[in-house]
Amino acid sequence: MSLPDLKHYEALSVEAGSVVRQESAWQRVRGNGAVRFGAVALAVLLAVAFAAPWLGTVDPSLFDAGSRDLLPGASGEITTLEGETIRHTFLMGSDSYGRDIYSRVIYGTRVSLAVGTCAALVALAFGIALGLTSGYLRWLDGVLMRIMDGVMAIPAILIAIALVAAWRGSLPTVIIAIAVPEIPRVTRLVRSLVLTIREEPYVEAALALGTPTWKIMLSHILPNTVAPLVVQGTFICASGILVEAILSFLGVGLPPDIPTWGNIMAEGRVQFIEFPHNVFFPGIFLAVTVLAVNILGDGLRDTLDPKMAKRV
Amino acid sequence: MTGGPVLEVRNLSIALPPGGDRKEAAAQVSFRVGRGEIVCLVGESGSGKSVIAQGIMGLLPRTLGVTGGAALLEGEDTTRASPERLRQLRATRMSMIFQEPMTALNPVMSCGQQLDEVLVYHTSLPEAERRAKILAILREVMLPDPERMVASYPHQLSGGQRQRIMIAMALVLEPALLIADEPTTALDVTTQAQILKLIAELQARHGTGVLFITHDFGVVAEIAHRVAVLRLGQLVELGARDEVLKRPRHDYTRMLIGSVPRLEPHVRAADATAPVVLETQQLCKTYVDRSWFGKRRDVVAARDVNLSVRRGQTLGIVGESGSGKSTVARCIVRLIDPSAGQIRVHGEEIARKGRRELKSFRRRVQIVFQDPYRSLNPRRTVGEAIMEGPLNYGVARLEAHERARRLMALVRMDPGALERYPHQFSGGQRQRICIARALAMEPELLIADEAVSALDVSVQAQVLQLLEEIRTRFNLAMLFITHDLRVAAQICDHVAVMSQGGVVEYGPAEEVFLRPRHEYTRALFAAAPGRDFAFASA
Amino acid sequence: MYAFLARRLLATIPVLAIVAVLVFLMLRLTPGDPAAILAGDAANTEQIAQIRAGLGLDRPIVVQFGIWAGKLLSGDLGESFYYKQQVTALIAQRIEPTLSLAALTIVIAVLVSVPLGVLAAWRFGSAFDRLLMGFSVMGFSVPVFVLAYILIWLVSLKLGWLPVQGYQRLADGFWPYLRHLLLPSITLSIVYVALIARVTRASVLESLGEDYIRTARAKGLPEARVLVRHALANAAVPIVTVIGIGIALLIGGVVVTESVYAIPGLGRLTVDAVLARDFPTIQGLILFFSFVYVLINLLVDLSYVLLDPRIRY
Repeated sequence: MSLPDLKHYEALSVEAGSVVRQESAWQRVRGNGAVRFGAVALAVLLAVAFAAPWLGTVDPSLFDAGSRDLLPGASGEITTLEGETIRHTFLMGSDSYGRDIYSRVIYGTRVSLAVGTCAALVALAFGIALGLTSGYLRWLDGVLMRIMDGVMAIPAILIAIALVAAWRGSLPTVIIAIAVPEIPRVTRLVRSLVLTIREEPYVEAALALGTPTWKIMLSHILPNTVAPLVVQGTFICASGILVEAILSFLGVGLPPDIPTWGNIMAEGRVQFIEFPHNVFFPGIFLAVTVLAVNILGDGLRDTLDPKMAKRV
Repeated sequence: MTGGPVLEVRNLSIALPPGGDRKEAAAQVSFRVGRGEIVCLVGESGSGKSVIAQGIMGLLPRTLGVTGGAALLEGEDTTRASPERLRQLRATRMSMIFQEPMTALNPVMSCGQQLDEVLVYHTSLPEAERRAKILAILREVMLPDPERMVASYPHQLSGGQRQRIMIAMALVLEPALLIADEPTTALDVTTQAQILKLIAELQARHGTGVLFITHDFGVVAEIAHRVAVLRLGQLVELGARDEVLKRPRHDYTRMLIGSVPRLEPHVRAADATAPVVLETQQLCKTYVDRSWFGKRRDVVAARDVNLSVRRGQTLGIVGESGSGKSTVARCIVRLIDPSAGQIRVHGEEIARKGRRELKSFRRRVQIVFQDPYRSLNPRRTVGEAIMEGPLNYGVARLEAHERARRLMALVRMDPGALERYPHQFSGGQRQRICIARALAMEPELLIADEAVSALDVSVQAQVLQLLEEIRTRFNLAMLFITHDLRVAAQICDHVAVMSQGGVVEYGPAEEVFLRPRHEYTRALFAAAPGRDFAFASA
Repeated sequence: MYAFLARRLLATIPVLAIVAVLVFLMLRLTPGDPAAILAGDAANTEQIAQIRAGLGLDRPIVVQFGIWAGKLLSGDLGESFYYKQQVTALIAQRIEPTLSLAALTIVIAVLVSVPLGVLAAWRFGSAFDRLLMGFSVMGFSVPVFVLAYILIWLVSLKLGWLPVQGYQRLADGFWPYLRHLLLPSITLSIVYVALIARVTRASVLESLGEDYIRTARAKGLPEARVLVRHALANAAVPIVTVIGIGIALLIGGVVVTESVYAIPGLGRLTVDAVLARDFPTIQGLILFFSFVYVLINLLVDLSYVLLDPRIRY
């Protein structure tokens, strides 16, 4: 029995009339409101961090005993490195040493963004390596996952505190201390991605076409992990900025001579009741930065990888 | 109860949100369902049939809205009823059952509780009477041991049993209208037959009007009194079953019915001298469940499977879910390793070979999978997908590209579309791309693992015709795996029927279909809906 | 079900063992002489030598771990060099404030966040939903201590309703106890509420998209019943899970909150110990917190048996 000649009726087929989505993922991302807002806010902050010396600041470590505890907007004197005394408007007031809070906050942007980004990159790098290993070398998987469970069982702040206490605070130490507790989550994410993507028919098809394992990892698995990892990275960055601030606030973060928002707040907390500006200005900057990164992350997740919302 | 129709849909229009295919999901649709009558609403995906059902019940999602017309349930317009009135009407005057019995029941409530809910919120019966009513309806839907059913949870029951519970919930208060939205699509053929019979019986006994939504013409032939055909939201044909199925008037209906494969096997002279491309002997696959607690449970997925396929011929493996047919296919392509037995491709034994040695074998056997939406990497162009195979075997890039272009033309697609991404193509088009990808390797054996099961009837017909053309042109051997008896009848020369891991019947298609010997095969064919019906030929 | 329970219980043991190993290693990874570090800055060579012998630092590392683990299993967490007391005694002294703070926080957080999350999911896309999500993101973004200062400034300094700092023991009267705990608990619960509300909303939303909700509505059930008995009941497992996981956040928050509000609890002890580089105490506290966290999550997992019949049978 031969099939009826269907060319005549192809135009009537259900697929002839349907419009298939032509928009790519990138276009969806660009159109998302949260992504736009977060990206713009971050761009502004990056600009601020970059342009710090030209935004009416002075060297953040400069101080003047005569300009202590000035209120925001007050004008006073400050001693430069060469020994000169110049007049300067303390836009955000000064702290108990006579340092300009405004300058310290602006320069603090650099540190916070740097710490957040580096911590995210470190955590991602290790997490990807461990996750891929775990997903592909099944015999190693059990052991690795138990270790990850163990690390996750210790509250992140405690790990960070302990590591900084053991090694003494410095920029690399703090970055590693923030990254380490985040590594298990990234590892689990990559591992679960590897395991699910491997089950996808298109990976099976690649196997049937004779594609070697390394090529499958590179061409099929890795590109499909980029989106969730970018989202995760954004959240780690936000978390990293927060943790750095908390560590500094508790006194176990970066050394006090480096201006970070946490350090500024730590020093200012003693006089909080009379001079709240010490805590509020850096606090606002901190909140806005982390908020921007979080909103960006939310937007990226909603457009790139909606399934991720279920993964706690 | 008056003598008018149970349901009268008059010029019903339901709008779609802006930016979609078209403005309306349903456009001025009118039909009636009388007392004791089964009306089948047929259409392919996107035809609007489910939307109409939801509109009648008042269950439309927030993005869709009724923009015109009426749905009169015993004279009352449900599209204009208040939410409270709709709640009162549901389950008492109109009920709905859905497609996926797996997910349609609340997993954390017992079946008895879910049935009881209907009675608690619509009647004021005391507990003893409710329980009596529940047990009675469970017996009526022919569930064994109603007392145990009441206490059990959905995950403890089979698909067929869950669907019976759904039917029980729908009919316990004896509504005038039952809307069934593809209730048997997710069930096995034999279970489907039982459920269809049940619905027909209950409906006849209680005089319920049934609006049965389906895309399967076999089902329509089996139970419909009248048929309504929908296309892209418009009603194109309406009439008695025999009229519509044997003498369709609209072009679209004629095309659809012409696309439905017949259950009579085609007879083609099989060349017994053609070389044997594939041969399996005592092929076995056992999954070992190695858990720390509990006994070691071995699941035998395939047992002693013996098959052979000659050049230029198609062998079909037919079976229900869990029969092991996909396992066999995967073993042959060596995506999984067989536990025992031999597989020979052109005489060369491949069941024991390691990954590296398999490379030369891979180009001779290719596979097309079931789900066109997951068979292509969303992040690579279709050109890359088709070229991947040849590139793996050292073919120069330029030549691989040329080959890809030729293949796209062969599968009747625009060769210029190689630069596009999978999401820019429809399901049927993607499946054709997958076929092109398989052919790029110039295989000798092509395996189609439920390759047309996820496609609409009209698209399915096109893809089947394409496969036939390819088979003839390249003189390929083909292994076609399906659960759909009609599809198997249409294109297979030989048929193997599998059940629970073993081959229960094996022979030329004509023999197996017309003179089945094993009782499972006979039961399978007996269950095929509309098997005795002579559809119109195109 | 029993297989599930047994598996969960047994899975806890390797995790606890690994935590012990990690904590042990954290100290050994420091640059410098562990004995000198442990002895504290004010010790002399004799004391250092004593400690070295006591810890067996000249023995192979596996043996060292064995000795340390042995002490651990018998409940000996070592002696704090800063406070000159047994670490276990220190913990016992300061556990009440921390426990009170944590308990009150959890109660407030769960009672507030779950209903809010359910409502937001029900009214998906509405102004209320957007507001709640906005609030939730802010709750994540503002660090606990900044929130604390804002609240102190507003409630204690400007409005004078609650005390600024300090802790009153329960034995000294219920009302003052509560008054001093209220502001810190509210501060800490904000982060927790943000997290739980978010997950509740996401879970209930997912639940509402499932087929059984459509069936429930098709049966003509009232919306409240659909929301609670069908949607929320199925969303319970992820929600309870996140409450358990959130305890880690809670512990971190406790450390900071006690610091700001001058509450003499375990969090405060942790900060003081770190500043004083009092390693035995740091180790002991990390072990204690981790064990508590693992235990709570074990209880959460065991509760699945009650929530999901698929695990029971």
